[in-house]
Amino acid sequence: MSGDARAALLIDFGSTYTKLRAVDLERAEIVGAGQGPSTVATDVAVGMEAALADLETRIGGLPDFAHRLATSSAAGGLRMVTVGLVKELTAEAARIAALGAGARLVGAYAYRLTAGDVAEIEALDPDILLLAGGTDGGNDEVIRHNAGRLAACGIVCPVVVAGNREATDGISERLASAGKTAVPAGNVMPEFNVLDIEPARAAIRRIFIDRIVHAKGIDRAAEAFDAVLMPTPEAVMEGARLLADGAGGRDGLGPLLVVDIGGATTDVHSVATGEPTVEGAIQRGLPEPYVKRTVEGDLGMRHNALSIVEAAGPDALARDAGLSGDRLREIVAAVAGDVERLPRTDEERAVDRALARAATRIAVGRHAGRTETVYTAMGPAIAQHGKDLTGLAAVVGTGGALVHDGDPAGILAEARADPDDPESLRPRAPRLYLDREYLLYACGLLATVEPEAALTLGLSHMHPVAGEERRNVRSRVAG
Amino acid sequence: MRVTGTLDPAERRGITLVTGVIGSDTHIVGNRILSMALEEAGYAIVALGALTPADEFVKAAIETAADGIMVSSLYGQGELDCRGFRDLCVEAGLDDILLYVGGNLVVGKTPWEVAEKRFLDMGFDRAFPPGTRTREVVEALDRDFAAHARGGRTPDS
Repeated sequence: MSGDARAALLIDFGSTYTKLRAVDLERAEIVGAGQGPSTVATDVAVGMEAALADLETRIGGLPDFAHRLATSSAAGGLRMVTVGLVKELTAEAARIAALGAGARLVGAYAYRLTAGDVAEIEALDPDILLLAGGTDGGNDEVIRHNAGRLAACGIVCPVVVAGNREATDGISERLASAGKTAVPAGNVMPEFNVLDIEPARAAIRRIFIDRIVHAKGIDRAAEAFDAVLMPTPEAVMEGARLLADGAGGRDGLGPLLVVDIGGATTDVHSVATGEPTVEGAIQRGLPEPYVKRTVEGDLGMRHNALSIVEAAGPDALARDAGLSGDRLREIVAAVAGDVERLPRTDEERAVDRALARAATRIAVGRHAGRTETVYTAMGPAIAQHGKDLTGLAAVVGTGGALVHDGDPAGILAEARADPDDPESLRPRAPRLYLDREYLLYACGLLATVEPEAALTLGLSHMHPVAGEERRNVRSRVAG
Repeated sequence: MRVTGTLDPAERRGITLVTGVIGSDTHIVGNRILSMALEEAGYAIVALGALTPADEFVKAAIETAADGIMVSSLYGQGELDCRGFRDLCVEAGLDDILLYVGGNLVVGKTPWEVAEKRFLDMGFDRAFPPGTRTREVVEALDRDFAAHARGGRTPDS
């Protein structure tokens, strides 16, 4: 690229690799990518230097970057524990807030913490704990009890206090006097069935920037970047929001779903109101956030390949891969033990594709809402739980399993509605796109400083892939 | 007409009531009118709406530290839906919560007194027949909460 064009460097300190994307801001195009090992356990700067050297070789000299922004999922990601009161209410609201902040949820607790719960939390040693419980003016006794338990225990992480506001000051003082860092935030559920997760998300992001980046040793590479702004999953989510909503008066793709198939988990992000489209459907349960992220901890292409087989059913998966059950098990066991392995043979490619298809189908099935027919004296009525995603315009796929496969559309098509499961509110006729250059995180980062360039970059680099209905044998899988 | 034990709106303000229509029952109108009337009287209302399972009333009451639950049933299956409701509350630690039930609680030609007794035996503090005015409910609540403030949950009716 020419020396005087404005450019941005977008960095992802990942669990295995440090990845770089260099973007020309005038033309809103990617000019190059670089990669180095993730050396966060020793000195993250070493991997960063290797990645920069790689990028330099590829594009022939590094420009003077106008922005150098980073995300991180290194050193285990942002490991969080949430605590709330009722499992389906404030405990769920706390979970949604943590996931929406890009956290890796390692524990979620409801009701009064027991001595056993606290011992578990100490052993989990989270990076941040989010403490909720009670609506404003509602129950304050349980959150006070839980704060007392946490104050007396050995955890050292910051505690975001986002429960009944009448209890917040007292709890913050109590935690502080026990030597803990307490960060008060707005209640995640100020009124019954009203979600307000933004204040808690903002508090989590602030702690991430101010403390976690240092605690994880990422600031050792501080000379190579201006700021580590957010955990990588949050950047992907912000990229999804930008692609859906557009920026600066320019339309995006409309309501969409992002499926991110990783080695350990499958993440699904939806950007949509999810309001009922079925006539007369009555929405039940918590209100749904406009931008929603769910993480399936049992669906990962390597670390959790065996549990994908379990969730999808070994017979159905073997049929999809065109292999015998025994051969499938052998290959899955081999790839599960070798987390960085790329498929080497046709059989391994077939297994990877079947795993990715099952992960997509099950993860989107869990993310999407469902309708339920309730029979009343006045005839049947429809209740809707979760988001109605039937009308979504687009499904965007990201992650190595899709990029390395010869038929990404065959995998992404599994996100679509299944005529055999009409109560699942999955997208009916979305266009399918592939994030081939792994740019969603970069768009999310760039959107914080130059949203219009980020949008142009995202729109021009999400590649439409043809939807293909090539399957005759549909494996039936419980979402 | 002023009823003894009637609270003023300021006294009602700190009292939270959960309302909803129990079971597979979509008849929301009466429950909504009741919720609005109670809110206007000064009570803090958590309205769960139609099609509400029994356990959702209890969960909402825990989270909001509610003082009372107002269960509506219009479709004739209230007796089945409400069975064990008090036990559910006691199980969840809401031993003292005030429980009212109202709507079409009588099926067939059962006299009201018989139907009422069934619901009181289930642990509801009061049961209300069809045609009850919202003012009567407010007055009953006032009496019961005033009595509760004096140290007893049992209604004085």
